[in-house]
Amino acid sequence: MTKSAYSDHLGRPLIAVTGMGIITSLGQGKDDNWNALTSGVSGIHAITRFPTDELSTRICGTVDFMDTPDIASELSFALADAATREAVSQAGINGDFQGPLFVAAPPVECEWVDRFAIADEAGFAGDQDNAYDGLLEVMRKRPHPDFTRRALFGGVAERLSDRYGTRGLPVTLSTACASGATAIQLGVDAIRQGRTERALTVATDGSVNAEALIRFSLLSALSTQNDPPEKASKPFNKDRDGFVIAEGGAALVLESLESAVARGATVLGILKGYGEKADHFHRTRSSPDGAPAIATVQAALDDAGLDASGIGYINAHGTSTPENDKMEYLSLSTVFGEHLPAIPVSSNKSMIGHTLTAAGAVEAVFSLLTIRTGTLPPTINYENPDPAIELDVVPNVKRDQAVTSVLSNSFGFGGQNACLVMTAEPA
Amino acid sequence: MAKKPNDVVITGIGIVSCHGVGRQSHEALLSGPESPQPVIDNERFAPYPVHPAPEIDWSEQIPRRGDQRQMEAWQRLGVFTAGLALDDAGLKEDAELCGSMDMIVAAGGGERDVAVDTMIVNKAMSRNDRDHVLNEVLTTELRPTLFLAQLSNLLAGNISIVHKVTGSSKTFMGEETAGVSALATAFERIRAGQSTHALVGGAYNAERQDMLLLQEGVQSLAQGAWQPLWSRSNPGGGIVSGSASAFLVLESRDHAEARGAQIYAAVGFVDGDRGKRAEGGLEKRLEGLADRSNVADSSEILVLSGASGLYELRDREKQFIADRWPSAALRGYTGLTGHTLEAQFPIGVALGALALKSGAALPCFDAAAEADMAGPAKSAIVTAVGFMHGEGLAVLDAE
Repeated sequence: MTKSAYSDHLGRPLIAVTGMGIITSLGQGKDDNWNALTSGVSGIHAITRFPTDELSTRICGTVDFMDTPDIASELSFALADAATREAVSQAGINGDFQGPLFVAAPPVECEWVDRFAIADEAGFAGDQDNAYDGLLEVMRKRPHPDFTRRALFGGVAERLSDRYGTRGLPVTLSTACASGATAIQLGVDAIRQGRTERALTVATDGSVNAEALIRFSLLSALSTQNDPPEKASKPFNKDRDGFVIAEGGAALVLESLESAVARGATVLGILKGYGEKADHFHRTRSSPDGAPAIATVQAALDDAGLDASGIGYINAHGTSTPENDKMEYLSLSTVFGEHLPAIPVSSNKSMIGHTLTAAGAVEAVFSLLTIRTGTLPPTINYENPDPAIELDVVPNVKRDQAVTSVLSNSFGFGGQNACLVMTAEPA
Repeated sequence: MAKKPNDVVITGIGIVSCHGVGRQSHEALLSGPESPQPVIDNERFAPYPVHPAPEIDWSEQIPRRGDQRQMEAWQRLGVFTAGLALDDAGLKEDAELCGSMDMIVAAGGGERDVAVDTMIVNKAMSRNDRDHVLNEVLTTELRPTLFLAQLSNLLAGNISIVHKVTGSSKTFMGEETAGVSALATAFERIRAGQSTHALVGGAYNAERQDMLLLQEGVQSLAQGAWQPLWSRSNPGGGIVSGSASAFLVLESRDHAEARGAQIYAAVGFVDGDRGKRAEGGLEKRLEGLADRSNVADSSEILVLSGASGLYELRDREKQFIADRWPSAALRGYTGLTGHTLEAQFPIGVALGALALKSGAALPCFDAAAEADMAGPAKSAIVTAVGFMHGEGLAVLDAE
């Protein structure tokens, strides 16, 4: 290849994906996940991790098959670790990774089980005016380093750094439900800046517990269509009523195409561009005119050097909340206009739920698998289409269709918008 | 150093600490003849002293009461301070530049509702079905909006809402290193021409027992009367927390000069590292950062140390600085502002930029352990050694 074959339309290094790992409620690893996802299997199930009698939402897409205690930071690390191991191994990188690490991790707080344990140690009689006075007294008597370690926001990245030998200070980030896409974007930036030939980008979320669920529930964000669980996540349906909270992890090894080719790595796809734009309208709602989301999609196309005719498939954010799906359709119809009817748009969340911090990376892996396999995963539960959302959602059954370019959307609370464009390896 | 168009320069500073609100009160602190007196609250969180937030008229930067109510203290403090930085840079009313401005916020999160937590703990003491207690109390007592007021990325989200900064919005986490990564990432983006202007900073509310509990899990908090940073010893672990925030507007020199912006200082280097600290690991990494920062020893260097106060780490960092830059003037800024976790590094960089711009010799912050400065500094080195993990180093150069 000539030198220019390794550069994009702006003369920047093209960025290859050379390793991918994934874990969701559907299973561990690309094979299991892809088989289930393209077969229209749902990973949504009744919650068993904690009692749900008092709760209006009793379903989830948690990952319940890991051999890990029910501690958010432990499970989040385990999911990140499983995905990273798969990605690094596929990339053929043995020994230290030797590049920077970007981790999208949930902001986990200390666990109730830990607070209760300290309260027991204090011997509370149940008549505290302020529980923290007594909890602090216990700490003064005897340190509890695990209590502290479990609640450090940088904990997952610290452990991944040690295990995989990444270089320098890892970045731990949160852009809410866009976090996974942001982690990838930071990896892209680092390579474009010429600071590194490769970057490890990881996103994880194993933080579903009663308090997390109740918090989202109080914001009316979650579906309450508990029965049957696998039917609750119904993006683009008229009767959609919220997302299904879920867990997962994904990792991508990014590498300059030139370096990937030079070391003979298999190129799984190209991370061609990204877009981002913040919204100042509201803490949880998007600008009614969709302007920030539109700007984000457009920026991703521009960054990738593509126009509205250049995208073959869209991996939607598609949360199944009334608000998101409407706004996402508005932004897509604005940017893609007359091209949109010919572009299939499906939502992985119909099957895996909303993996929150991990979603952007989980769905980037699925987007690249779509390109590699020529199979479009369906939007399941598409039984009662919202007439206001005219999309080809790949209803209910997968479709064999070769695509060479995919847009993946991520939108989150706090005005977060991030989009990625991925393409096949240049011929 | 030769000036270049893509130099990263600081053009706006917002800072709030126990010493007051805004740039001016901190400039006075840095250029006064006397060592600043500590501002301490010994009562409210006894036996732990904390540096409290100053009196703040929130409406100066957050005009809508509805917005103020939607935030917990750390978010409110950060949104307020971000507004000060935008004002200082002359960008507050510039919708176009705010709309294209990148933003990276170093954030913690999760301010607990102590009353609700206490209710849960009390009920749980007499019941075997604690999971049900949790569900019962949380579903009935939790304020629906509290979640958003606790959520890490909602400090940035509120800055977008209140100040209309919307070019991009990223939140970095990970205790002190969040602040290091935030500055390093903005620095690299501007230097590479990927960004022209960015708002970077963090905020920390120390006046909350949930965070004290987290830190006391490793018995890291100082107890009893306040003691100077470098000579602090028992009782307790050495950390005095502080409520504080700093935000900086970073720009490429080109961008700053084109709009006629004031320049406080240029950022020459920002990076961090992490790893095991035993067996000289800490010193080896600090050495690596210092090597890459390429700052030779000189009496015209000011070293602003963000030492947390933990005795062993503090002493090792001080020794490293003394060995590496023996002629430099050391100032431990944690002694002034308290330890501020995610905000720690941005605060050090803000103080460094103010010190360089003032052209004054700084008073000692801890006269027993710090030497007088003969004259103004030409460069400032800012350090942060995390209380649990991670290290960072920045170099600022006077214009």
